[in-house]
Amino acid sequence: MLAYLVRRLLYALPILIGVNVITFALFFIVNTPDDMARMQLGVKRVTPEAIDKWKAQRGYDKPLFINEAASGSAVFTDTIFFSKSARMFAGDFGRAEDGRDIAREITSRMGPSLAIALPTFVLGLLVTVSFALMLTFFRASYLDFWGVVLCVALMSISGLFYIIGGQFLISKMWKLVPISGYGGGLDAWKFVILPVLIGVISGIGSSTRWYRTIFLEEISRDYVRTARAKGLSELAVLFRHVLRNAMIPILTGVVVVIPLLFMGSLLTESFFGIPGLGSYTIDAINAQDFAVVRAMVFIGSVLYIVGLILTDLSYTLVDPRIRFN
Amino acid sequence: MPFLPVILWSDLLIWLLFVAAGVFGWLSLRNPLWRTAWQRVGHSRAGMASATLLLVFVGVGLLDSLHYRPRLENPAGQLASQQASESSQAASGASKQPAAYAVEVLSLLDAILTPLRTQNEKTYSEPLATRAYAKESIESRDAAGELQQTRDYPRLRHGGAHLGDEADRDADIGLRLLRALALAMLAWWALAAATAARLAQREGCAHREAWRRIWSNESAFAWNAVLAAIGVILLVALPLAMLAGHYHVFGTDKVGQDVFYQVLKSVRTALVIGLVTTLVTLPLSIFLGVLAGYFRGWVDDLIQYLYTTLSSIPGVLLIAAAVLMMQVLIDNHPQWFATAAERADLRLLALCFILGVTSWTGLCRLLRGETLKLRELEYIQAAQAFGVADLRIIGRHILPNLMHIVIIALVMDFSSLVLAEAVLSYVGIGVDPTMISFGTMINNARMELAREPMVWWSLAAAFVFMFALVLAANLLADAVRDAFDPRIAGSA
Repeated sequence: MLAYLVRRLLYALPILIGVNVITFALFFIVNTPDDMARMQLGVKRVTPEAIDKWKAQRGYDKPLFINEAASGSAVFTDTIFFSKSARMFAGDFGRAEDGRDIAREITSRMGPSLAIALPTFVLGLLVTVSFALMLTFFRASYLDFWGVVLCVALMSISGLFYIIGGQFLISKMWKLVPISGYGGGLDAWKFVILPVLIGVISGIGSSTRWYRTIFLEEISRDYVRTARAKGLSELAVLFRHVLRNAMIPILTGVVVVIPLLFMGSLLTESFFGIPGLGSYTIDAINAQDFAVVRAMVFIGSVLYIVGLILTDLSYTLVDPRIRFN
Repeated sequence: MPFLPVILWSDLLIWLLFVAAGVFGWLSLRNPLWRTAWQRVGHSRAGMASATLLLVFVGVGLLDSLHYRPRLENPAGQLASQQASESSQAASGASKQPAAYAVEVLSLLDAILTPLRTQNEKTYSEPLATRAYAKESIESRDAAGELQQTRDYPRLRHGGAHLGDEADRDADIGLRLLRALALAMLAWWALAAATAARLAQREGCAHREAWRRIWSNESAFAWNAVLAAIGVILLVALPLAMLAGHYHVFGTDKVGQDVFYQVLKSVRTALVIGLVTTLVTLPLSIFLGVLAGYFRGWVDDLIQYLYTTLSSIPGVLLIAAAVLMMQVLIDNHPQWFATAAERADLRLLALCFILGVTSWTGLCRLLRGETLKLRELEYIQAAQAFGVADLRIIGRHILPNLMHIVIIALVMDFSSLVLAEAVLSYVGIGVDPTMISFGTMINNARMELAREPMVWWSLAAAFVFMFALVLAANLLADAVRDAFDPRIAGSA
């Protein structure tokens, strides 16, 4: 088990290096730091001196890979690649355009992101799996047919409309909860409840349909016929046999997402004004703050790889036949 | 020539795709296995009804993909008269001057919708309104001839301008509606009768029998679904068309532009995003997936590494990073683009490219897995034993057996790409802000929900059209998947 983990982590390393090189190429080779400076400074203030100053302030005035002017190990360390990209492995993300430390900003914004994303995830999973089980229970009936029709219709609505519609109905028409904002402590619930609700509803369509297909595939297996033949009720078959055997495909899609919950949701957070990582990313994109976007790309891929490893570990929990070797 | 044809890159690609789809359809109909699969699609009622609706959307998109620059109203003449005052010699040369064309790039759809495009109001107005949405001070002379200022809702410049008396509006709309509905019914009956006649001729049965077969779902092709879909489309489209000339059927937006026009223009953007992106994903995923699965070894390791790395970056962030960089590139090289339309167009294509590069990994993984399975089968091993070249084996034995996966992935991706465009445009990393798309429409309209009274029509129109497009695509995707997936099609 431990050996397996270590090996997986070692496999992850080249992938992270690859991610790093891709982002580096995107941000520094496709466009030179000069281009970025021109973009940030705007048209009016573009003088060679201003560009040089902008670059010097942010440490973009170094060579890309090899600093021939330096001596010793500084030949490699005193470069843009090392100072901007390689140091991300140590959790050093540098500073944003407004001078704040990115790493600190990220840790302080994780809380609100999780407060929305975690309940959405758990509730969403419960709702969609039970809905899918219900459709499977009533399979090949009108209820099943119209349930699938409803799922396809729900799938065809853009996520933007769920948010806009939900805000309009619940906050503006019925005035049940504030339309947006966030408060710390116990007051947070009334800001959290609407985004969570909308998040759950917008996910119902595609997930339910996906789980239903998995359950239907499972239900045509031989062991299900055996279970029925020995006189188990249909409900017992569904919950004790089908659900447990369908765990592997469900986990494959679900566990990967868990670490990414830290990143929050771009849309939900920006619509509801929640000071989480999602809105941080959106603000950075709109302000063209390259340092923040770079940091978020890196963190996102680290979390994804963690999710992949967790997925493999979770397989052993639900299926004792799976062993690491 | 009264106009100068402009071929934008996306026009070229979309027509190319159209032709390619036609050729592919013709080729696949000659293959018996494929023909039965397509026949299964043709028998699916939901699939055929949505295909009909999609064809209408594609038609709108194709009309909107023929661009030209109209000739300016005699600018050479003006120039000539100016020069003539300076010297008479220049005047004779002016007639040989190249004709001047407008900077504005129009499409065939724009030409058809000229009244919609040009009849702009000052600002918001409700659907079918004759008066503006906000009060304004209006100067008028009362009976005594004195100038008076009143605050009232001003009459629209174009919405219902043909009415003598505004009170006639409802009657006028009702009359036009009735006329349109009658016309729609008539057109539908004619079409349905023609279909039945054609079927009767082909199957050699009586007219009545053909009619009965269509509606009792006994025909091999789901004619009843197609006819029903055409009926619904006619019932919606004809009244819209009849009213659009004199009213703003979906209202106007902030700058007074007709929302109906915007919605129709958005269709093309959605189609380009949904279709052109596959031009990037398909070659990448087919080539790399087959290569990895067939040759295994280090090739497989390398390709697996490539797609694991790419897919481990969260999609939106990678797209955001790439689009940001593209913006910098475009902003720093204004000299590359002759017109604003060209810039917007290239930005759209760049977005397609980025979406494609970030989304080929899923299909590639699927194809690699399937190739791994296929290459162990006896007929491929036999081919290898006979010494058939690898390329030939891939081309003749592996690729045709992967095609069902490719087709299913293609139709499944379309709807998600259309939805993605709206989200990306909202985030600010989508299409050019000057390009009309569902995303930019939603983005512009969503702030207006807070106004009193609410401006809801832009959002509602974008919602309905987008929903129709995506729903049709999803339903067709399901029909295609059911027909082509051997696991499902075999059991049915």
